[in-house]
Amino acid sequence: MSATIRAGRGAPAARILGVGGYRPNRVVPNETILEHIDSSDEWIRSRSGIATRHWADDRETVEEMSVAAAGKALANAGISPERVGAVVVSTVSHFEQTPAIATRIAHRLGAGKPAAFDISAACAGFGYGLTLAKGMIVEGSAEYVVVIGVERLSDLTDLTDRTTSFLFADGAGAVVVGPAEEPGIGPTVWGSEGDKAGTIGQTVPWDAYREGTVERFPALRQDGQTVFRWAVYEMAKVARQALEAAGLTANDLDAFIPHQANMRIIDSLVKTLGLPEHVAVARDIETSGNTSAASIPLAMERMLETGQARSGDTALVIGFGAGLVYAAAVVTLP
Amino acid sequence: MAATKEEIIEGLAEIVNEIAGIPAEEVTEEKSFTDDLDVDSLSMVEVVVAAEERFDVKIPDDDVKNLKTVGDAVSYITSHQG
Repeated sequence: MSATIRAGRGAPAARILGVGGYRPNRVVPNETILEHIDSSDEWIRSRSGIATRHWADDRETVEEMSVAAAGKALANAGISPERVGAVVVSTVSHFEQTPAIATRIAHRLGAGKPAAFDISAACAGFGYGLTLAKGMIVEGSAEYVVVIGVERLSDLTDLTDRTTSFLFADGAGAVVVGPAEEPGIGPTVWGSEGDKAGTIGQTVPWDAYREGTVERFPALRQDGQTVFRWAVYEMAKVARQALEAAGLTANDLDAFIPHQANMRIIDSLVKTLGLPEHVAVARDIETSGNTSAASIPLAMERMLETGQARSGDTALVIGFGAGLVYAAAVVTLP
Repeated sequence: MAATKEEIIEGLAEIVNEIAGIPAEEVTEEKSFTDDLDVDSLSMVEVVVAAEERFDVKIPDDDVKNLKTVGDAVSYITSHQG
């Protein structure tokens, strides 16, 4: 016979309690990028909106940047590390497949023995992690969850590729998600479109490099026009669905925090969505570049630090990238 | 009802004006989007999507690459519009 299994005792809802970021010390201007490609500062700015970006040095590893960002997020949330029940790390640029870097990060944070694992959802990784965190808290398998997006995309950049060399950058962003009486994270609208898997990704798989069939270490590449079209017009639909799922309209928003892929995508998304003037738009990309999974929490932290957004504000977050994958949700800012 | 060639040029001129800020009268058949009208590759996507909506036509990414001039776009839309 099948015995009755008791359900977990979770919280009624979940919300983001704190956010923290780490930006590498080295600031790289467009002039440095131009040492490797035939282009101009004006061209890079007009195509991407990027003026400077941060690149990590040897000491600013995926682990170190994550520990710094998550430590700040925990302090910001006022939660002691030993109460963390799970650590979720989203990254595509940690070059050690196993063990998961999340376990070392959890240990370094002093988080006892939490569940810890890595996910691969590229630029949608933050939203994927946030959704997992919410589920764990409501289901009862963790009280507090640390979600980290971290990248060293400079390691995956071909400096001679004039279509991507100026885009990618490094950094870590983290949030602490915990129990709440009222929902602070709306329903996630997420998904994947594997028929477009070839539009963003590595130039070659790792094993092609190992076997010597290619000379160059893999780098990121993308079909710019295809990605732009999808990121603006398809993601506008997803953003509207996330608003509708939360029972809100664009008028209810205080802030819009899209993945910082390209200023042109952000501008077109804002236009296509017809966001009201009062909605503050994250434009961290100008000085941070595209940091994939790290970009949303980094932009969130910056908006709160600079006063563009305030604690308790309602924000729409949307991530989209290689897969193609996407995730959008309305959240209450910590 | 299918748009005439003149209507398509006029429509494209309005779209290019809106997206790239180029005066509509400068948008003529022989002009290159990139070289003459300051429509870069990303703006071209915006032009294409606006044209798709306006003329009830689908222009796949693979075909966008072949639309070098306003005339190319007019021909494409004329032969593909629903």
